[in-house]
Order: sequence, then C-alpha cells, then structure tokens
Amino acid sequence: MQQVFADGNWLPYAFAFLMGLSVLIYTALDGYDLGVGMLIDNAHWHEKDRMIASIGPFWDANETWLILGVGLLLVAFPAAHGLILTELYLPVAIMLFGLIFRGVAFDFRSKAPYQQKWRWNNRFFYGSLLTALAQGYMLGFYVIGFDRSWAGILFSCLIAVALASAYCLIGACWLIMKCEGGLQEKAVKWARYHLVNSVVGLVAVSVVTPLISDRIYDKWFSFPAMLALVPIPVTTGLLVIGLFLVLRHMPFPRDRYCWLPFALTIGVYVFSFVGLGYSFFPYIVPEQMTITEAAAAPASLRIILAGALIVLPVLICYTALAYFVFRGKATELRYD
Amino acid sequence: MELDPFLLSRIQFAANITFHIMFPSITIAMGWILLFFKVRYNITRDQAWMQAYFFFTKVFALSFAVGVVSGVTMSFQFGTNWPGFMLTVGNIAGPLLAYEVLTAFFLEATFLGIMLFGFRRVPDWLHTLATILVALGTTASAFWILVLNSWMHTPAGFEMIDGQAHVTSWMEVIFNPSMPYRLTHMLLASGLTASFLVAGLSAFRILRDDRAAAVMKALKTGVYLAAILIPLQMFAGHEHGLNTKEYQPAKLAAMEGAWETRRGAPLVLFALPDESERANDFALEIPYLASLVVTHELDGEIRGLNEFETHPPVAPVFFAFRLMVGIGLLMLAVSWLGSYLLLRDRALPEYWLLALVGMTFMGCVATVAGWYVTEIGRQPWLVHGVLTVHDALGPVSGGMVLSTLLVYLGIYAFLTVAFIATLFYMAGKAGYGGERDPERQAMVGEERMTVIGAAE
Ligand code: HDD
Ligand code: HEM
Ligand code: HEM
Repeated sequence: MQQVFADGNWLPYAFAFLMGLSVLIYTALDGYDLGVGMLIDNAHWHEKDRMIASIGPFWDANETWLILGVGLLLVAFPAAHGLILTELYLPVAIMLFGLIFRGVAFDFRSKAPYQQKWRWNNRFFYGSLLTALAQGYMLGFYVIGFDRSWAGILFSCLIAVALASAYCLIGACWLIMKCEGGLQEKAVKWARYHLVNSVVGLVAVSVVTPLISDRIYDKWFSFPAMLALVPIPVTTGLLVIGLFLVLRHMPFPRDRYCWLPFALTIGVYVFSFVGLGYSFFPYIVPEQMTITEAAAAPASLRIILAGALIVLPVLICYTALAYFVFRGKATELRYD
Repeated sequence: MELDPFLLSRIQFAANITFHIMFPSITIAMGWILLFFKVRYNITRDQAWMQAYFFFTKVFALSFAVGVVSGVTMSFQFGTNWPGFMLTVGNIAGPLLAYEVLTAFFLEATFLGIMLFGFRRVPDWLHTLATILVALGTTASAFWILVLNSWMHTPAGFEMIDGQAHVTSWMEVIFNPSMPYRLTHMLLASGLTASFLVAGLSAFRILRDDRAAAVMKALKTGVYLAAILIPLQMFAGHEHGLNTKEYQPAKLAAMEGAWETRRGAPLVLFALPDESERANDFALEIPYLASLVVTHELDGEIRGLNEFETHPPVAPVFFAFRLMVGIGLLMLAVSWLGSYLLLRDRALPEYWLLALVGMTFMGCVATVAGWYVTEIGRQPWLVHGVLTVHDALGPVSGGMVLSTLLVYLGIYAFLTVAFIATLFYMAGKAGYGGERDPERQAMVGEERMTVIGAAE
C-alpha cells in the first residue's frame, strides 16, 4: 500500500479507479437497455413500442460510457489495452456487430416502411443478445486469464449466459419502474426468473476465481485479509435476498416502491464489481500485468485527469437533467 | 495463399472509417442547419420552419445513430488492429481522444434525447439550447479528431524518448501546421454534404408533388447555403494544398501526377499514372497551370515524385483528388445556377430538381475521396516521419482479420442501402402528413399511412 501513494505512483491507480467506475456505470446503464432489448422478444407487439420508448432518450449516452471505459484503458494503460484487445479480438468483433445492429435498429424500426418493422425489431433483439453474450464471454475469459482450454471456454460461455441474464434482470427492473399495468406485471415475472440465473452466475464466478489463482485464494481465505473481504459477499447476499422478497410481492398498491428493485439491482452490481476489483487488484490483466506496469507516461495522465475532474461533475449534472426531463412512466416518444 | 494481416488490417480500417465518416459529415453541419430552422421559427413563429425542423431531425437521428455505432467500432480498432500506434504515440493520441469523449461525445449523446423527443416536455428555450449543445458537441468531436489526424500528418510539439513520443508543448501539438487547414476544409465539407442532402431530399419531395411550405423553405436553405460554401471550400482546399506542398511534398506530387521536378509544370486534367514506367499515359494537360496554381508563378517549381526516396501509391491519390475536385466544380455549377433560377422564378424547373436529387449524396462521395487523398497520400507513414503503418501492426492472424472484414463489409453494404432507401422513403411519405397521427399506426399494410412509431 505504501508504494501506492509514493510520489506520482498514485496516478495509475486513480486511472484504474476511473476506468473501473466507467465500466461499472456502463454495465448498469447499458445493462438495462440491453436487457430491455433482449426482453422485447417475449413482449406483445404493442408492448414493444412502449418498452423501447422507455430507453429511447438514454441509450446513446449509456453507450458512451463504454467508449470512455475503453478510451481510458487505451490512454492510461496502452500496454494492457493492446494485450487485452488482441486476446479478445473475436468476441470484441462480435460485440461490435451486435452493437451496430442494435443501435441502428432503434432508429430504423420507426422510420422504415411499416411492413419492415418486425424485421428491425428482430435485429434489435438479436443485436442486444449478441452484445450481451459477447460481453459476458469476455468477462469470463478475462477472469480466467485468457485460458483457451475447453474448461476455460466452457466457463466463459457460462458467464456469457449469466451476464446476459443479469442484464435482463436489470432491464426488467427498469421496466417495473417505467411501466404500468400488464407490462409491469410481466416485467416482475421476468425479473424473478432472471434473478435466479444471475445468482447462479455470480456464485460460479465467486467459486472459480479463488480456485484458479493461489494469490486470490490467499487473499480471500487468509486471516486478517479475510475480514476486509467479508462485508462484500454479505452485503451482496442481503441485497439479493431483499430483491427476492420485494419481487415476490410486486407490484405494490398505488405503485409504491416501483423503483426499489432497480435500486437493489444496482446495489448488487456495485458490490459484485467491487468484489471482482478487490480480487484482481493490483493486476490489470489477471496474473500477467499489474496496473503500474501497464501505465502510460505520468505527464499525459495528469492532463487527462485534470480534464476528467472538470468535466465529470458537469457530465453528471446534465445526465441528471436528462433523467429528470424523461422521469416518470414511459410515454409514447415523438419528434413533434 | 498466405493471408497478409497487414493488408487486410488496412483494408478493414479503411472500410470502417470510410463508412463512419459519411455519417458525421452529414450530422456535423446538419446540427447547425436544424438550429437555423429552430431559430427562424422562434423569430417568425411560422409553423413551416418547425415542420422543416421535425422532418430533418429524423434524418439527423438516423444519420446520428449510424454514426455512433460505426464510431464505437472505430474506437476499438486502434487496440485490435494497430496496437503499435498507441505504444508509440499514445502520450499524444491518448489525451486528444480522451478529451473528445469527455467534451464532445457525452454532450451530444445526452442532449440528443432532449433535442429529439423533448419538444413537448421542456420549455422552448431548453429545447433550443439542447439543439445548440448537440451541434456544438458534433463540431467539438470533429475538432479533436481532426487535431489528432492533422498531428499524424504534420507532427509537432513533441520529442522522442526511447521510441516513445513525449509532449513538449500541447499548444504546438494542437495547433500543428496542417490543423487549421484541415479543420476548415472538413467543416466546410460537412456543410456542403448536409446542404446537398437537405436540397436533394426537398427536391425529391417537390417532384412527388409535395407543395408544403416547409419543403420550399428547406430547399432554398440547402441551395443557398451550398452556393455560399462552395467558393469558400475551393479557396480553403487551395490553401490546404499549399500547406501540403510545404510539409508533405511527395503527397502533392502524387496529387498532381508530377514525376519529374520541373518549372512551368502543366496541370494534368486526366492521365493514367504508371508507377513501373514512372510516367503518365494518355495525359491531357493544360500548360503552366499547375505551377501557377501551386506557386502563383508561371515558371514556379513543382517537385516531382522521382525526387523522393519513398512516396505514396500514385494512382489512387491522383484519381481520388480529381474526383473530389470534379464534384466540387459540379457543386459550384448546380448551386449557383440553382440559386439564380430560384431568385428569378421563385421555383426550380423539373430537370433542375432532378439534378439536385442526383446530387443528394455527392457531398459524402467528395468527402471520402478527399480523405483518400489525405490518408493514402501519407503512406507509408502512419505518423509522418515518426512511425510507419507497418510498425503499428498487432499480432492478429490474417484469417481472423479476413473473417471480421467480410462481416463488416456485408453489414456496411446492407446499412448503406437501408439508409438511402429509408431517407427517400421518409421523404416520399412525409407529404401525406402520415406521421402526425399516432392512431394510424394500427393500419397495417397501408404503406402511405404508416407513422413514425412510438419510439426511436
Ligand atoms: C464536400 C467535400 C469536399 C469538396 C467539395 C472539396 N474537398 Fe478537398 N477534401 C475534403 C472534402 C472536399 C475533405 C474530406 O474534407 C478532405 C480530406 C481531409 C481533409 O482535411 O479534407 C479533403 C482534402 C483535400 C486536400 C488534401 C489535403 C491534405 O494534404 O491532407 C486538398 C489539397 C484539397 N482537399 C483540395 C480541394 C480543392 C482544391 C477543392 C476544390 C474544388 C476541394 N478540395 C473540394
Ligand atoms: C474520417 C475520414 C477518414 C477517411 C475516409 C480515412 C481513410 C483512410 C484510408 C483510405 C486509409 C488507408 C490508406 C492506405 O492504406 O493506403 C487510412 C489510413 C489510416 N488512417 Fe484514415 N481516414 C480518415 C480519417 C482518419 C482519422 C481522423 C484518423 C486518426 C484519428 C485516421 C487514422 C488512420 C490510420 C491509423 C491509418 C492507418 C491504417 C492504414 O493505413 O490503413 N484516419 N485512412
Ligand atoms: C479514427 C478516427 C475516429 C474515431 C476513433 C472515431 C470515434 C467515434 C466514436 C466512438 C463515436 C461515437 C460517439 C457517440 O457515441 O456519440 C463517433 C461519432 C462521431 N464522430 Fe467519429 N471517430 C473518428 C473519426 C471521425 C472524424 C474524422 C470525424 C469528423 C471530422 C468524426 C466526427 C464524429 C462525430 C461528429 C460523431 C458524432 C456522431 C455522429 O454525428 O454520427 N469522427 N466517432
């Protein structure tokens, strides 16, 4: 720890934090709109419009967090960026194909001739699904240290499904908050179903991570260090239980607490993410490259940090403004 | 056959950026045109301006969406295909890209929602402000990316330590020698692209007998704006060329098709440059004109390709340059004569409307041609004098790149067709007022009556 704060050494850590933060925000925000995109397949024709209307004003800004995350990796840790992205060449490409289809389908579905709308709806669904699966696969592959054995690939596939499910969960919770009536009831059912899958995935990662790395095993199960860790799984567990209970009784009369499942899911996301970060610290590529080894020159990091510190508060303000303008239940979106 | 990852990566990068740039070049200026419509409405309270605004926000939204997703692809390209780029000049490229994301992308992405869907939800001033901020955001992102790109052509303000570039002066990095020229030229290019798109779609609507006042207003805006911008663009391009002569003379020689260094060089209108013979076949030339244009003297000296140890491939640069300038001349003719007719008759004859429809996407073609001149003309360098493209290549295998490349090309071809078809479809049906009544959405099969759906 001392070396962390030694002169100038803290910069890479600050950037690792910022990068983690934007990836976390990305998974939560784009997570809910990807989730809505995957759930659309189970919805009725007329519900699809409403579901997409609920994410219409937000998806573009949500996706920008991904660009920021990758951008920070690129600028602050060029060595790791090259390594990670060449290892992940194919899943990244697949994710991009998914993102492309999904992003354009958003706009085309309402502007193309009506007879083609269902096709764009399908592209929207498959694009979202592909994106989520590819991201999950990358997460799994990263956790397991780019292990190309059968076991490694199987594990990555499992995480792919689990992350897609976790996105569906947060997507469903978003819909509970933004919709009413029959659609809301459906969303509650979807949320219950995907909660189970997500928990399976969460447990799988937690079991496998210490098994594949002695270092992480020691960090988790050696005595004094363990105390620092304990609050993380405990809180996550409590949040999950809370979510189970709330979803069992949703929706409440007069739509009270419609925001609660979404808030709880965000909590689960945050704590799972902190747990992951805790385990891998100080590595940026598991077991191969540490944060300091991968860092760029301090001078250019300072310039970026200064910019980020000025811009981020403003950014948060206008993001809040956008959420405020489109608050409440989703209504039809129109240009005029 | 051995698959060459180097060549394939270049083709892939070129395909991605070519596809990407077409959409920003529409949206950068379209944002300002929309602001113009909005402000005219605020001043005159004439509903027609607002209708022009609503129609073109849809065009804008569609272009923006395609621009965003292809841009996301771009931001991954550096790491997946050119890791050497970041390793060598990351200290310069990194902050520039980061500032683009922080100051531009978030701004435009966040206010886009309010601009597109907020008209009935927020006060009018906030809606206008959102329009301004989106336009500012797209322009700012053009600024940052062009700073970086210009720096790659004319690097300045840095020193090399252990094979890595370190900044000595950010002012010199940002205001590098070619930046002002490139920025001006590109912003004007975007203005032309957007105004021909506006004029072309409006002309199409008039040809379809759509006589709404909004259509005529948009048509005039497009034609007049183009008429103003095109001479500026020609001047800016000329100045840009003089700058290139100073910093990248081999590129200029390739553009001119000049093999030998000579005084009083002719302007080559057309030829087939032949690199093995090192000469032009079938040359059609105007004596002395190249020297006059480039040096402002009849017997000024133009350095030829033979003088340089390495030079870019000649034919693509040569032809792309002629395509760009040719379209520029065409734009001049169409917009000036069009303005004359509009001022005289307050309407355009049918054949002129047809010409405008034909010109709808010419701005995109010229822009891409211009970028080919610039970028291919920089070869073999990635960062002029600092890093060659070859040294930036990553360890990906050829087969991997080929497979993704084929998918990208398929997607891009499909999306280009869908984009163009959808724009004309929207223009064709807008006249029936279909989009104003959400109830009509239920009428499946009645093509004309279909509406803009609930969500975009
Ligand atoms: C609507 C688009 C458009 C039009 C009509 C023109 N250009 Fe252009 N041109 C571009 C769009 C463009 C561009 C896409 O913006 C480029 C590529 C990179 C850049 O900075 O500008 C470009 C590059 C470019 C270059 C290469 C500069 C370099 O070394 O990087 C030159 C010399 C010119 N242009 C000159 C001209 C001239 C003399 C024109 C007069 C008709 C002209 N352009 C019309
Ligand atoms: C936006 C319009 C642009 C277009 C149409 C364009 C087009 C191209 C083309 C055709 C090549 C291939 C040249 C060759 O292989 O001979 C290329 C190369 C390249 N350009 Fe651009 N470019 C654009 C802007 C940019 C910008 C803004 C950047 C930097 C941020 C950039 C960075 C590169 C790099 C890294 C290469 C090397 C890869 C290669 O040579 O294929 N380009 N570009
Ligand atoms: C290699 C070069 C480039 C990269 C890596 C890149 C990256 C990106 C990314 C990630 C986005 C999506 C932003 C969002 O979500 O809002 C984007 C959009 C955009 N880019 Fe690029 N870009 C490049 C070249 C250019 C050039 C040369 C220009 C303009 C001259 C440009 C102008 C824009 C604009 C205006 C947008 C906003 C979206 C739109 O209008 O469609 N980009 N770009």
